[in-house]
Amino acid sequence: MLLYSTRRLAGAIPVLIVVAAVVFTLMQFAPGDAVSMLISDEASDADKARIREAWGLDDPPLMQFLNFLGNAVTGDFGTSFKYKMPVMELVLERLPATIELALAATLVAVAIGIPLGVLAAARPGSLWDSLASTFSFAGISMPNFWIGILLILLFAGHWHLLPSGGRAPWGMGVEPITGFLLLDTLIQGRLDAFWGALKHLALPALVLGTNMTGIITQLTRASVQEALHEDYVMTARAKGLGGMRILWRHAFRNALVGVVTIIGLEFGALLSGAMIVETVFAWPGIGSLLIQGISSRDYPLIIGLVLIYTAIFILVNLLIDLLYTLIDPRIRIN
Amino acid sequence: MTTHEPLLSIQNLDIAFGVDRAGVVHDLSLRLDRGEILALVGESGSGKSVTVKSVMRLIDQQGGHITGGRILLDTARQEPLDLALMNERQMRKIRGARIAMIFQDPMTSLNPVLTVGAQLVEAVRQHQPFDDGSAKARAIAMLEKVRMTDPLRRFDQYPHELSGGMRQRVMIAMALICEPDILIADEPTTALDVTVQAEILALIRSLQRQTRMGVLFITHDMGVVAEIADRVAVMLHGRIVEEGPVRRVFDAPAHDYTRKLLDAAPKFRQAAISATQAEPCTASPVLSVSHLSTRFPVRSRILRRHVANLHAVEDVSFDLHPRETVAIIGESGCGKSSLAKSLLRLIPTHEGRALLAGRDLLTLGGQALRVARDDIQMIFQDPYAALDPRMSVRQILSEPLRIRGVAADEDHLRALVARVGLPEDSLGRYPHQFSGGQRQRICIARALILRPKVLIADEPVSALDVAIQAQILSLLDELKRDEDLALLFISHDMAVVERVADRILVMHRGMIVEQGPAEAVLSRPAHPYTQRLLEAVPVSHPAARFERLSHPPAATAPIYPLGTDIEPARWQTVGPDHKLREGEYR
Repeated sequence: MLLYSTRRLAGAIPVLIVVAAVVFTLMQFAPGDAVSMLISDEASDADKARIREAWGLDDPPLMQFLNFLGNAVTGDFGTSFKYKMPVMELVLERLPATIELALAATLVAVAIGIPLGVLAAARPGSLWDSLASTFSFAGISMPNFWIGILLILLFAGHWHLLPSGGRAPWGMGVEPITGFLLLDTLIQGRLDAFWGALKHLALPALVLGTNMTGIITQLTRASVQEALHEDYVMTARAKGLGGMRILWRHAFRNALVGVVTIIGLEFGALLSGAMIVETVFAWPGIGSLLIQGISSRDYPLIIGLVLIYTAIFILVNLLIDLLYTLIDPRIRIN
Repeated sequence: MTTHEPLLSIQNLDIAFGVDRAGVVHDLSLRLDRGEILALVGESGSGKSVTVKSVMRLIDQQGGHITGGRILLDTARQEPLDLALMNERQMRKIRGARIAMIFQDPMTSLNPVLTVGAQLVEAVRQHQPFDDGSAKARAIAMLEKVRMTDPLRRFDQYPHELSGGMRQRVMIAMALICEPDILIADEPTTALDVTVQAEILALIRSLQRQTRMGVLFITHDMGVVAEIADRVAVMLHGRIVEEGPVRRVFDAPAHDYTRKLLDAAPKFRQAAISATQAEPCTASPVLSVSHLSTRFPVRSRILRRHVANLHAVEDVSFDLHPRETVAIIGESGCGKSSLAKSLLRLIPTHEGRALLAGRDLLTLGGQALRVARDDIQMIFQDPYAALDPRMSVRQILSEPLRIRGVAADEDHLRALVARVGLPEDSLGRYPHQFSGGQRQRICIARALILRPKVLIADEPVSALDVAIQAQILSLLDELKRDEDLALLFISHDMAVVERVADRILVMHRGMIVEQGPAEAVLSRPAHPYTQRLLEAVPVSHPAARFERLSHPPAATAPIYPLGTDIEPARWQTVGPDHKLREGEYR
């Protein structure tokens, strides 16, 4: 298992290089001049040339790329044009917020989608089933930003139940230890701050998870339905087992492989959805950072972030593959 | 008539399916007594499976309804219970506890993600107030009772780690763990090898004698009926057409349909051998295989190092002449399908030669191999899975030609369709519009379109009803003579082999252990393995029933450490052309 994981991670290196190359090439073709971000438009041509040289923008593109790769190996992804800070530092500061949001959204999606899907599969055609379908199709088809704004209007604007944005109340005074706010507040025994952070997390996580909830509901329903028609379910019934036990222990456990696969794939979609949701809710994560980076042509930041996204996606899929072996004894890793 | 109440009494049962309540079972009455085995016989679609599932009320979830009649289950003190009137909650207390069931396919009837032990413990704890420890003890005792080797280890294994026969034993253990009064067995041996079938039948018989339970045994195989039943009920179109003691039904069948079933049943060692002994094969062989070996690497679990070899096919040599049928027999896993796939180059071979019309099939590459494949074609076991459902028969038949850049001639296609006995208008139709037997005819036509010299048939009739089997076998026999075909016929069914084979090769653990003329091998088997195979074939009349000796456990897979040299085969002649491989039998 360890060997397998190591091999898979080693296999990720070429993927990361290709992704970096693609992003780098695209940026070469992007209109506009990065220098305009670094110095005022009114600056003299001589000044611009000086800046260009200082940031290595004069070198041939291939040289720039190889330089970037060389530095990347040592963990140096360059310096952000806009923030004038090492990209790595910026990203690491913001990454926990996004992961916290994505995990919370996944949790929401799993906690709602799986029971809804399983129960819908148990009674196809029932009121419960149509309700689940309606709910999941609505979740799949409604755009994130729209649900986001709608919920902000309701919960923050109208009912004043939840905050409209941000990650924590101002001046909470919690020391960042892990960077995961929920964890940090708990470690420091600050239940009030934990509650505050949770309230801030609730809406964005719900909005981000809506789409995934719909997909998980639909897929769980389909996989459990299929499993319910298998012979072993008939065997279970012939043993005298009750409906719920057959549903969860026999049908659902077998349907789980498909459900876990989709959770892994959807996690990627979740990360791109997070860019919008983070912007709507002013969530200080890497998604909103990437949007800012793109709008200000902050090339080092963009490459760094895209690589982080790629790495997360690869890691999540490795995790899913390892999970398979726990769920289904017939699957062996090789 | 017995004076006591029957254990189970089905009275005037009507069953309907779907919203429009289409009748499937009509006015059916049956009774089952303690300590007897009642066989319910009929072809697929006769309603036998539905009937027994309705006893367990398992049809409810599949859209079935009991629309009339009673299903009375005897109780110790009170009036009999009418199962037809019970609700789901009440039925749950009956299922598994008083009536248990085993199913046809042990490969799919056990839950793949739960251990054998978990599934057994679950069954016992559902009905009896056992704690985990005593439930486990009970489960292990049960595994012993169904004669599983090493029950402690089996308890923690998953179904996929067990063979088909072992899984069926687990199913039986699971069914009997709460000591039910009635065991319903729905074709429990149909998916198993003949030797395993014999063991499972013997096991059911002995357990039934020990516990005095009533067994309701469903089968389509009259041989199995002859082996195991005390009484027989014959079903046709949802009705019982005949019922009686097994001897009476076999000796003096009252209903035409019963007679038809008995006639259609393959009778091993009964009929005169129908395969006319081909004229002595003086012609040169069309396919000549020598010292063929196929090995699969066995890899270690963690580092995936190549640690041993599975010798799927080991040092196999034989000749195949035009207009000759050579049958390869053996249990699943003996290497007979690997041999066929090796010849077609569908899997890589380790060494050996296979000369087809002067070319060595095993060394050809690229274009030459493609040309050679015109001469050797295959038909597969499952005609339902072997045809692309989105292609019309015309497309299916002309595809092999198209691949070779030849235009399909419409007259040629029509003639071929007529030749294999398909209706004239078949070309424009799709596979789902045909029955199983017709589909196998399409497969045969597909294989013949290139005018091959050799046809490999891998269990070509085992997925078909017996009456259809006979027709397909006759067709193959005719084609063999008319088209100068040589047939390599792979089968585990001795009655079928007896019918078609001119010569027989017996395969065991990748090796040929005996070979010779069909008549000699079947009537004077020399190798203990061949004897065991033949002895396992169900008898064709209940009077011929005999107690089979308990056999050694099934052979292990032929896995050898790297670099193992297998001794070349030495043959002992036991009759004209009849040879036995020397060496110890494992």
